[in-house]
Amino acid sequence: METFFFMIVAAVAVLASILVITCKNPINSALSLILTFFCLATLYVTLDAPFMAAIQVLVYAGAIMVLIVFVIMLLNVRTESGRRSSHSVLFGSLIGLFTLFQLFYLFNRSSLTGQKGTIDSALINKVGHTELIGKALYTDFLLPFEVTSILLLVAIIGAVVLTKKKI
Amino acid sequence: MVSLHSYLILSAILFSIGTIGVLIRRNAIVIFMCVEMMLNSVNLTFIALSKHLGNVDGQIFVFFVMTVAAAEAAVGLALMIAFYKNRESIDVEDVKLMKL
Repeated sequence: METFFFMIVAAVAVLASILVITCKNPINSALSLILTFFCLATLYVTLDAPFMAAIQVLVYAGAIMVLIVFVIMLLNVRTESGRRSSHSVLFGSLIGLFTLFQLFYLFNRSSLTGQKGTIDSALINKVGHTELIGKALYTDFLLPFEVTSILLLVAIIGAVVLTKKKI
Repeated sequence: MVSLHSYLILSAILFSIGTIGVLIRRNAIVIFMCVEMMLNSVNLTFIALSKHLGNVDGQIFVFFVMTVAAAEAAVGLALMIAFYKNRESIDVEDVKLMKL
């Protein structure tokens, strides 16, 4: 049952992502991308990461995609953008397929090392996923967390400066 | 029970589709969305391996990747608007000011 569900969600995700790169209209691409993000959020739930699924829907499907759709509508780029010249499509597809082949080769030939941690689904059900994430974020990863806030500040200032007419 | 390999293969497929999209499309916003898709496939890898190893660190990395993606969206879209104001187009083939 679980495998069947995974297959359906994975098929929808792959189909939607193919639609992202084949649709002529950027709005359709954006909507397909939102569908892909929702499929990935579903997979996060099956991977015992409900907090990450919520963040995925809120931040990606909510904030980032709204921003992208807003810019598409603001710039009104509904015209046929088309693809690049045919040799570019050929070489791009070849490089993509080569990447896929390389990743499959890596999966078949490599093995996973490293010691197992202590967190399993029973603990997540007992303590709660958000609490586990929060504890790790505010103890072991406190410095990267603070650096991230500086990064967001820089992004805000950068966006304001870039859209100004005269600095 | 779905094996770890299924998740890794799915994320590899999504990553390759994103790569193809970046290489064959001309619209800068669509290229940007393909980059977001590649970031998401890496996030799926992180979370699948985090569950497999019983360690929450991978999910913290996903958190940081999402933050960087949000910052990238803000700056990237501002760049596209600035470019559109100059050229009336967001086709990447028009970005050739520094081409010899």
